[in-house]
Amino acid sequence: MPEHANAEHHGHGHAEQAPHAPPQPDEKIHSYYQVLGLALKALLIEKGILTADEIRRTIEFRDSITPATGAKIVARAWTDPAFKARLIANGTEAIEEFGLDMGATHLVVVENTPLVHNMIVCTLCSCYPRNVLGLPPSWYKSREYRSRAVREPRAVLAEFGTHIPGETEVRVHDSTADMRYLVLPMRPAGTERMSEDELASLISRDCMIGVSLPQRP
Amino acid sequence: MGQALSPGVRVRVREDYPPGHIRTPVYIRGKEGMVTRALGTFPNPEVLALGRDGLPKKALYEIRFKQKELWPDYAGSEADSLDIDIYEHWLAKI
Repeated sequence: MPEHANAEHHGHGHAEQAPHAPPQPDEKIHSYYQVLGLALKALLIEKGILTADEIRRTIEFRDSITPATGAKIVARAWTDPAFKARLIANGTEAIEEFGLDMGATHLVVVENTPLVHNMIVCTLCSCYPRNVLGLPPSWYKSREYRSRAVREPRAVLAEFGTHIPGETEVRVHDSTADMRYLVLPMRPAGTERMSEDELASLISRDCMIGVSLPQRP
Repeated sequence: MGQALSPGVRVRVREDYPPGHIRTPVYIRGKEGMVTRALGTFPNPEVLALGRDGLPKKALYEIRFKQKELWPDYAGSEADSLDIDIYEHWLAKI
């Protein structure tokens, strides 16, 4: 290799490796369940039950759902009382207006009020309204959150920086069946002039799990 | 159970520890609460888990418990509550 070419590629912090060397294989250590998952996937493809493209498309679809989807639903409920009534009466049907489908599960929307603050957990596993919020955060699936949310919810809320007044009832929802819960937070005071899109930007994932509250900008 | 439970009815969760896939968490077994809503009927997940059809369907109820009654040393407010979805065969009227 000519001297100058080598000099050009210095300063990248990996001088021990020749420039343009072929990429090294990932040094991944798979857990037992990852290996099981990969074997199952390979078998399903081999047997013609699923195609690799179907699996890829499903993952792509899953990844396309983010908490912004849920935030749009909440912002609509804040600005459209008729929609809010439909959402609380039957969440599964109401979100069809956004082209969303709960699949085999049902959406139950629980409204925060000055009297009740709602918070969601799944103590058995990781049930979560994935069709409106995307994949759950890792803390939601942790043993610590799952056990403490039902045992000492106010202490858990405080660790998220959320302090609920003593006179407000903290109501924890443990999703053990086919219902998926979504918290409808209270609209912050001072947001009366904000548009639906502006309001949506105030609504975080954690507000819709019920461990946080929307803040006025 | 057969007969539907209406909102407001007091129930006790069966205190039983069968093997298998059980959706009634251990911390709620044997506790007393109140039906808050009927959620419909669903194939029994305990039977579905065995690869069978889960029929006949079981009624599912949302049950509300007082935190102070679940945990004697509960540190929050008197009014704090827990809502949980429980299948009919785990519930008895009291």
